[in-house]
Amino acid sequence: MPLLEVKNITKQYEKDKKVLSGISFDVNGGEFISIIGPSGAGKSTLLRCINRMVDFSSGEILFHNTDIMSLSKKDLRKYRTQIGMIFQHYNLVSRLTVIENVLHGRLGYKTTLQGIMTRFTEEEKKEAFHLLEKLGMREHAYKRCDHLSGGQKQRVGIARALIQQPKILLCDEPIASLDPNSSKVIMDHLKNISQELRITCIVNLHQVDVAKHYSERIIGLNGGQIVYDGAPQELTTTNIHQIYGSEAENLILA
Amino acid sequence: MKIDVYRKKKRQFTIFALIVLCMTFISAKLTNFSFVQGISSVPEAFRWMGSNLLITRESFEKMPSILDKLIETIFLSITATTTASIIALLLALLGSQTTKVNGFFSTLSRFIASVFRNIPIVAWALILLLSFGQNALTGYFALFLATLGFLTRVFTETIDETSNSSVEALQSTGANYYQVVSKAVLPECSPQMISWILFMVETNIRSSTLVGILTGTGIGFAFDLYYKSMNYNVVSLITLSIVVVVISIELISNYIRRVIL
Ligand SMILES: Nc1ncnc2c1ncn2[C@@H]1O[C@H](COP(=O)(O)OP(=O)(O)OP(=O)(O)O)[C@@H](O)[C@H]1O
Ligand SMILES: [Mg+2]
Repeated sequence: MPLLEVKNITKQYEKDKKVLSGISFDVNGGEFISIIGPSGAGKSTLLRCINRMVDFSSGEILFHNTDIMSLSKKDLRKYRTQIGMIFQHYNLVSRLTVIENVLHGRLGYKTTLQGIMTRFTEEEKKEAFHLLEKLGMREHAYKRCDHLSGGQKQRVGIARALIQQPKILLCDEPIASLDPNSSKVIMDHLKNISQELRITCIVNLHQVDVAKHYSERIIGLNGGQIVYDGAPQELTTTNIHQIYGSEAENLILA
Repeated sequence: MKIDVYRKKKRQFTIFALIVLCMTFISAKLTNFSFVQGISSVPEAFRWMGSNLLITRESFEKMPSILDKLIETIFLSITATTTASIIALLLALLGSQTTKVNGFFSTLSRFIASVFRNIPIVAWALILLLSFGQNALTGYFALFLATLGFLTRVFTETIDETSNSSVEALQSTGANYYQVVSKAVLPECSPQMISWILFMVETNIRSSTLVGILTGTGIGFAFDLYYKSMNYNVVSLITLSIVVVVISIELISNYIRRVIL
């Protein structure tokens, strides 16, 4: 049984303009999927439908066979703890320290009061340091996040998502604001996460070569529709043509 | 090479300058304000000030009572500002696009903010005077309402500008509304909000002098009293002490700003 089943979802922000139309695919545990497609194709929207930061207009998404649109407010919180999210602009609380930001990933498990009073258990704190250690950020634990480099910020973002103990990691262009070296570090970490921890990664990417190199499966979006869904090895020039339109092809493959 | 954008900007500037000049001229005409007369009366005004506004030894005897009134005024301004800022924070949370609960409260909050902000503080004082009479409460409410309008507006903007992305991140971890507000919105926005509160304390100390004249409380009352009894020496001592207080408050708040930002 698949972990996540996306069935025929559509999304329109405004009337008669479908941003997503008829999207269907299944996701298994531990898969590493890249979603590629031109700007405005609906990649970010699709990711946000999965954790219901955006409510889709029709269709259904099943997680462990539960329809996520039917979740109560409380169950939605519980559901979101299962889904980590990583952002292009890191989305950290920049005035707080690294360790505080990492522990934010536990808020979904806390009561309102525990959260506001920052009551975290010893284990949670240990886990936070352990994750920072693994991501090579241990020494920066007490630094304010606005004093970090982009690559370091993204690693804090990953730690915050991992401490949720998620089943799925949604990554919205995690390397779009990073230089090639930091990009490689981040992508390697994501790859490790999916292989060692068997956490499913769904990654929006703009670089076809990166997508081909890291993922087990590529989904190509164009105009809100899936135009490719398959192994990276089988992605042909014709497919790339379909995904990005004709002019872009030379640029991408050059 | 001629760059069109520059030429266009120059033309816009010329037109703008002409309009301002015309408006100044027309307004002066309509209000019978004569520039020549205005400027020629300046030296005479200064001569009067020089001879009447000297701070004399006798006026210093009034210092204790002036200080008393001054302290009353300062505390009134601070209380009005802090209480208004708490309500303003709640309204701003409801009004901001990032943290709104629903469309209705968001619109309501923006409406309240704009009404309170756009009624001048003197008008508030005069309106409230009718219902509360001449006492400190009237002054308090006048300052409170005007501050509430202003702070709600700037708090809403601060929340919208600074905390969008971290709010999204925390919501996606499963954090609930109160957790998001306390762990993302407040840490991101508090330095700027405190800065605005300090600004309002400064402003309110200045305005409370004026409000005090109307409501018969605080330093404004003292000012009015000596002004009407034509004891101009004391009036200038009061003015001087207000200036000293405002400047010190400004220095203190600049220091606080530097530390928190
Ligand atoms: N909140 C919103 N309200 C209205 N329209 C929106 C909203 N968010 C996105 N859209 C529209 O939906 C379409 C898809 O946007 P989306 O951000 O999902 O694209 P994307 O594939 O992630 O693009 P990019 O690669 O530039 O990030 C765009 O046309 C955009 O204008
Ligand atoms: Mg996007």
